[in-house]
Order: sequence, then C-alpha cells, then structure tokens
Amino acid sequence: MNRCIRYAAGFCVLLLAALLVNAGRVQLVEARAYAGNPADRRIAVARYRQPRGDILVGGHRVTGSRRTGGQLRYERTYADGPLYAPVTGFASQIYGTTLLEGTEDALLAGTDRRLDSVPLWHEITRVQQRGGDVHTTIDPAAQRAAAAGLAGRKGAVAALDPATGRILALVSSPSYDPTALAGAGREVTRAWRRLTADEDQPMLDRAIRQTYPPGSTFKVVTAAAALQGGLVRDLRAPTDSPDPYRLPGTAVSLGNEGPGCADASVYDAFRVSCNTVFAKLGADLGADAMVDQAERFGFNDTRLRLPPRVAESTVDTAMSADQVALSAIGQFDTTATPLQMAMVAAAVGDKGRLMRPRLVDKVTNHSGLTVASYRPELLRQAVSARTAGQLRQLMEAVVTAGTGANAAVPGAVVGGKTGTAQHGRGNAGTPYAWFIGYAVPRGAAAASVAVAVVVEDAAAARADVSGGGDAAPVARSVMAAVLGARRGRTVPPVSAPPPAPGPPAGFAPPAGSGSAAGVRRPRGN
Amino acid sequence: MSAPTATAPAAPARPAPRRPARRGVELSLVVAAVAVSMYGYAEVGLATDGRLPAGTAGYAAGLAGAALPAHLAVRLRARYADPLLLPIAVLLNGIGLVLIGRLDLAPSLGARAAGSQLVWSAVGVGLFVTVVLALPDHRVLSRYAYVSVTAALALLAAPIFFPAVNGARIWIRVAGSSIQPGEFAKVLLAVFFAGYLSANRAALAYTGRRLVRSRRLRWLQVPTGRVLGPVLAIWLASVGVLVLERDLGTSLLFFGLFVVMLYVATGRTGWIAVGLLLAAAGAFTAGSLEPHVHSRVQDWLHPFATVDAGLGPSQIAQSLFAFASGGALGTGLGQGHSYLIGFAAKSDFVLATAGEELGLAGLCAVLLLYALLVARGFGAGLALRDPFGRLLAVGLASLLALQVFVIAGGVMDLIPLTGLAMPFLAQGGSSVVTNWVIVALLVRISDHARRPEPEPQPATGAPGAAA
Repeated sequence: MNRCIRYAAGFCVLLLAALLVNAGRVQLVEARAYAGNPADRRIAVARYRQPRGDILVGGHRVTGSRRTGGQLRYERTYADGPLYAPVTGFASQIYGTTLLEGTEDALLAGTDRRLDSVPLWHEITRVQQRGGDVHTTIDPAAQRAAAAGLAGRKGAVAALDPATGRILALVSSPSYDPTALAGAGREVTRAWRRLTADEDQPMLDRAIRQTYPPGSTFKVVTAAAALQGGLVRDLRAPTDSPDPYRLPGTAVSLGNEGPGCADASVYDAFRVSCNTVFAKLGADLGADAMVDQAERFGFNDTRLRLPPRVAESTVDTAMSADQVALSAIGQFDTTATPLQMAMVAAAVGDKGRLMRPRLVDKVTNHSGLTVASYRPELLRQAVSARTAGQLRQLMEAVVTAGTGANAAVPGAVVGGKTGTAQHGRGNAGTPYAWFIGYAVPRGAAAASVAVAVVVEDAAAARADVSGGGDAAPVARSVMAAVLGARRGRTVPPVSAPPPAPGPPAGFAPPAGSGSAAGVRRPRGN
Repeated sequence: MSAPTATAPAAPARPAPRRPARRGVELSLVVAAVAVSMYGYAEVGLATDGRLPAGTAGYAAGLAGAALPAHLAVRLRARYADPLLLPIAVLLNGIGLVLIGRLDLAPSLGARAAGSQLVWSAVGVGLFVTVVLALPDHRVLSRYAYVSVTAALALLAAPIFFPAVNGARIWIRVAGSSIQPGEFAKVLLAVFFAGYLSANRAALAYTGRRLVRSRRLRWLQVPTGRVLGPVLAIWLASVGVLVLERDLGTSLLFFGLFVVMLYVATGRTGWIAVGLLLAAAGAFTAGSLEPHVHSRVQDWLHPFATVDAGLGPSQIAQSLFAFASGGALGTGLGQGHSYLIGFAAKSDFVLATAGEELGLAGLCAVLLLYALLVARGFGAGLALRDPFGRLLAVGLASLLALQVFVIAGGVMDLIPLTGLAMPFLAQGGSSVVTNWVIVALLVRISDHARRPEPEPQPATGAPGAAA
C-alpha cells in the first residue's frame, strides 16, 4: 500500500507541476500577448483611472477632466471644444483618441517613459505617473479670429509663423464639441452616430486632413518654378501667351475671367490671375520642373507630422503637357491641404526657407517641469532668397493692386494670392474660394505670419464665390490678430469687406468649348 | 515526508525518544497566518482608499477568535497532530477572506460577501473544534461507512427538488441561505470509500477473474462482482445524480477520488488505466452530447474566440487577462481589475484575483500551501498502520489535490473549466465548512499517526479496523 500511496502522492506532484508551469506560461510567457488584447478593459480602466494631462493654448488649459463615478473614473472635458477641436481632437472612452489627444496620448495618460524621473521607476513600483501637459503653438487670438472669420461657413484656416514653423491657427468649420464624445454612455454613442452621419463632416479636420484643388493659389508654385528655372527673368517683360490658350495636344481652350491677359507680363498675370499665362508657363516648364518645385514646398510628402499626421498634398508626377498646364493653375490632380498652402506662403514670406511646421511647443510633466521642447527646424530651402524676393513682389502686388485687396492689414506689408478652385463632376460644384498670404510687419525683413484660407461655401451663388471676396477677409483678420498680439495691442476690428476689385481669379473653361473632353476633372473632396 | 525514521532502528527495550508535539510551533504559525491575513486586509483598504478599512479590527478579532479556539482544541485533544495543518488552513481561509473583501469593493459583483464568509468560516472552525474534541479516534468513522453513503446520496439527490441556479442544480435553499450539499457529500463519500475498501481490501486485491491467463499480467485481474458491485453502484449513482444536476466538476472529483482510492486499496495499476479510459470516454461523451460541456470545451480550446467574433471576452479570456496583468509580482492587493471577470469572480474565479494582485509569486505561494496540506495528508497516511486511516487520509488529501487542480487548471485554461470551489479561497459557506471538516479529520488522523508508540496502548483494537 505504501508504494501506491507514494505513487498517488507522486501523481499529485505531477498535477502541481502542471499547474505551476501553466501559471508561468500564462503570467510570464504569454502575458504580453494577452495584455495587448483590446478586449481587455484593464487598458481603458487604467487609462481613465486618473485625470488626463491637459492641452494648453497660449498658457491656458483648453481641456479638463471630471469624475464620472463609473468604472472609467475620469472623462475628458473641453473648454471652447468646437474652437479647438481641430487641434486637440477628442479623447473618448469608447472611440479612442484623435489628433493631439492621439499622438500625445502616452504623455497625457502618464504612460510615457519620459515622465519617469528615475529610470525603471515605473517598472519597479508600477505606479502610474500623472499625465503631463502639452503646450501647443496655437495663438488663441489667431484661432478665434479664424473661427469668427469663417462664421460657420464650411472651410478651413491654417496659419503659421514662417520663421519658426509654429502653427498659430488651425480651424475647421463646421466643428463639433469633443466633450460630447468623451464619456462612455449612451449619449456618447448617439453623438457619435449623429456626428459621423452628418453630411458636413464636422469631425473632419479640414485644415490638415482635407485636400482641395488649390486653384490659382498654386500659381505661386508655378511662378517659383519659372523663376528658379530661369524661364522668367524679368517679371515685367511681356510673355508670349495667347488668350485663349489651347492646351497642348488637345482641342480644349483655356480662357480667363477678365481681359488683358494676352502676352501679359508675369507681374500683371499674377496680379489679376491670368490662367492662360500660367498654364503656358507650366507647359513650357514641363512636368519635372513643376513637380520638383512643388515637392520643395512640401507636396507629395506622406510623412509630414505636426505630430498629428497631415494629409498628403499631391502633384501628379507623370503628366502630359496639357495636364501640366492644368496643374500649373492648381487644377487637374493637384490637391493641397490648407496647411500646405500656408507653408507655400510662409516660405515666400521668409526668404524661401520652409520651416518644419509643428503644433507642440513643449511638453511638461504634471508639476510643470519641461520634459521636451521643440526647436525650429529647416525642412527645405524651397526657393532661393532672390526668387523669394521676386515672388514677394508678385504677391504684394496682388494685395496692393490686384485681386487680394481685401487682405490688406494697416501697418503691415501683406502679400497674397487668391484662388477659385473648380471641382466636382464637370466642375459643377460651387468653387472653393482660396486665399493664401503672409504679413510682414512694417520695418521687418521677413513675414511673421502666413495663412491659408479655404471657404467651400456651397450655399453661395457661384458667381459670388471668389478668393478675394470670401477668403481674403478671413486671412486679413487672422493676420491682424497675430500682428496685434505681437505688438501688444488690439487691431481695430475688420469692417465689412469692400467688393472685390478686379476679376475673380480662377480657371473657368469657356462656354461651349466642350471642356470635359480630354481633361481629367480635378478631385473634389 | 514525516516517516518516523528515528524510532525504527531503536531497540524495543529502550523507550523511544520523546517526540516533540510541536504545539508551540503551531501556535506561532497560526499567529503568523492571522497577521499575514490582517496585513492583507489592511493593505486592500490602504491601496484603494488610502486608509485602514472600517472593519479591520472586527476582521482581525473574527479571524483570531476563530483560530485560537481551534488551536486550543488541537492542543487539548490532538497533541501530536501535524503542526502545519491548522496554520495552513487559517492562512488560506484568511487569504480567501481578503480576496473576497477586496472583490466586495467592486459594486458590479453584487452584495458584499466577506461578512457572511467570515461567519461561515466561524461555523467551519466550530465544526473543526467539534470534530477534534468529539472524535476520539478516526477509526470510529469506519463503522459509519454505510450511514455516510446513505447521507451522501440523500444530500446529492436533494437539490433535484430545488430550482437550478446558473444552469446547475446543486443548491438547496433553506431560510434564505443556500447550501451546496455536494460539498458535504464528498467527505462522506471519502469515508465510505475508505471504510468499504479497507474492509474488502483482501477480496479486491487477491480474488477475481483474470482476463488474461498470465502471471505477469496479474493487474488485469478483475474483482468479483460481489465485492466490486456495491462500491461501483454507489459511485455510479452519485455520478449519475451529479450529471443530472449538471455538476460536472463534482462528478469529475468523485470519479478521481474513486479511482485513486481503489488504486491505493488494491495496488492494481490496472485501475488507473481503467479509470483513465473511463474518464476519457465519459469526457468525450459529455463533451459531444451535453451543450453546456461542449461550450466549455470550446472556451478552453479557443479562449479568445468570442473576442474575435466581436462578442466580448468570455470568462476564461477575462481570467487570462487577469493572470496576465498580474505578471511576476502582481499589481498589489486592491489594485487589480479581476472584478471584470463578472459574477463568478468571488467563487469560481477567485484564484484569478490572487494571480492578478499577488502575481505569479503569490499564486505559486498559494498553490504550494495547498501542496503542503496535501503532502501532510499523504504523510499521515503513510505513517499510519490501519488501512482505514490510511485510505481516509489518502482520500481526503487526494480530494483536496484534485479539487485544486481541476479548478486552478480550469481558470488558467489548462483544462476545461468545471464549476468547483477553490478550497478555503472561494466564496461559499458549504465549501468552507466542508474544508474545515476535512482539515479536522486530517488533524485527527495525523495525531494518531505521530503519536509516540510505547505509551500504554488504549483500546485501539477497535472493531473499526476490521469492520
């Protein structure tokens, strides 16, 4: 019997060994795989166990946290939610995080190792750090001016500081209140369903995530390519450009909105936004030169991060001559985010230097100690300083004696470019009104603010939509807000915009020319 | 184990060296067990609220107030009992109370249970004291083998007349509280098996038909129906009842108990083979016919299938998440989230809380405590002379070992999950009370096993040994 008892005991030892080995398997070997499973609510519980760090604009917190009384203990609140939603994104207990809430999530949630004052401290104590704070580069005055300028119309504004790349305003309209998505209750799923079903796409960050055909604002890039390539040496010299211009290799004729474009100099063509002159310049330059210059300004860059990802602005790299001609005036497959066009204006305004755009100034830990700060970084020399100077002449003429008079800011030298971009099948959609520009404080050598505005005003009658009329006043109020804040005083409020002088810029195929034939329509949304 | 090696070579003339009773060791270990449990209880409060929980004093008084009388009873009537049994039981019970108290903090798990668990523990300790004081010799029990089996069958059958809870008919509701009679039945059944098998050992081991006419295959000999019949019938009846009640964990436990005790009683390896074959056949049949079992087998094989299907994690998946988040050292008491497992967190899955908050280290410690308890049971069995006592000790120890294995293996996805209670740890009055009785019996048996030989022998030639 003793032998049997020993064997039975031995069997129990085997059972114990199986349990211990299995415990090691579950708790050590496979723990990592299990812990990464999104179905494990621990991740959410731990994440919302403590108040999240905050996002600051101009030194003020635009986010907060409040106790829920539920299993997920804290949820996000937003002050001025709709205004800053294109910057902060949302932090939802159900739907995750977006924009800065997403890219800075580890820091805000306190899991970022940079928050550890002592290396490996977290691994030892397993105590979760308090979340750190993210200080944005946004200028509240500029942000407010941009939102007020759009006044609820569909559109977007991006403004940045050309010298440093700091983004001063990112506005998308219509917007939404991220507070509605913060919790985990039924009203959150309802809000989500309402927001995602909304035709106006309030959760789309149009300033960095939506691309539009840039229309005539792209003529800045074309002019830059022509100047850099030596195709144009004298801005005032007449060009050899017919009006209307027949796109090479096609039967399509391109015309202008106004007269005086035949053989016009680049200076005049830019000022009144002649399509024919720039289309021909583009065709003469060829695809390679155009694409190269556009890429120097940041087009075709898929890796741009603010840190939130920026949608790629595109110029097709393989184009026939007629397609290059259309691209040169911002049509065909050319698309750009408002931020991209603000970067173009910024490079022109600051001696051709394109700084890496960024949205975060510094991140601090919970007690305000700086964890990381960001320095200005040169992304590329987009054009030479000389070319930048010539482009400034062109852009400043647009404001002083061209289509962009509405953008003039008293006490500053303003350069700009209007645009009216066709889109939709057969160009049937209401055109997008564009304005890009920069403002140089009087006496300064370089611009201190660059801005791009898009108004996609579907409600307006087609003839009323123009970059000069709709977008330029918004740009003006944003630039004025930045300059006013710089000088430490408020800028007088912008009065109602005067009627736009000159013809509205843009590409309008002549009636009855069968424009659809042989021309690929620009992408709409 | 604790074989009395010192006495073996000694000359019969010389009085054997006086074996230390080690009651002082037991007392200090009991005090340590109470202190560890109290610390755990306080720690839960400190970790969750930052202050001592309100009931700390009451909890400490309750645990100490239960443990000390138990110790005194052992000191009084079982002087030579194994000094580890009681402290391990106190510690496991204390840890269980801490874990249940910790899970009480999650409102999603229903009413608070630590208080009633403490009361049930007190009842269990009361029974422990009663058994230790009132049962002078474990061999007395062998007289009640048939009484035991009758009671066991009655208890097992009783829940059929009560409504099912969570798909299993294993509860009796009396005056607001529910009792799980299967828990009591397992001790009674162990007593019956020990009594019957020890009485018929010789017949089981040496008579019967050989299946193969070969000397070398003696283990293939099958005992005669007259000897094997009753025990087989009892076992089949109990398992049949349990299958009707859908209590598969307990039927598995009874089957394992039966095979182990039969093997130890007869010394025939063949029983193990037969047992394994039958178990495999039974498991296969149940797994394919019974949808309840089938789904558990599926959960075992694919614990994350429901996650992939978008239905949210199953209990097993939640349990694995809990163990995984514990890692090597655990999150600390009160700082895990094993309440996410759901309604069974305090009962079937209480081990997951141990795994999460105490980590692999704590889990291994708990498992080793059980192992020590089982080893001491087997040790007492080895040291005894009378077959009934040996079988009873082995049976009770195996009962504990199998139960721990089945439930721990179930919640850790080693084997399919079957609803059993982790001894001492899980919420459940019947379970706690039963396990205290098991420990009381082991104390009684080990007292007998370790008692010094040359004392003037009392009337131990009890009829129980021969039955």
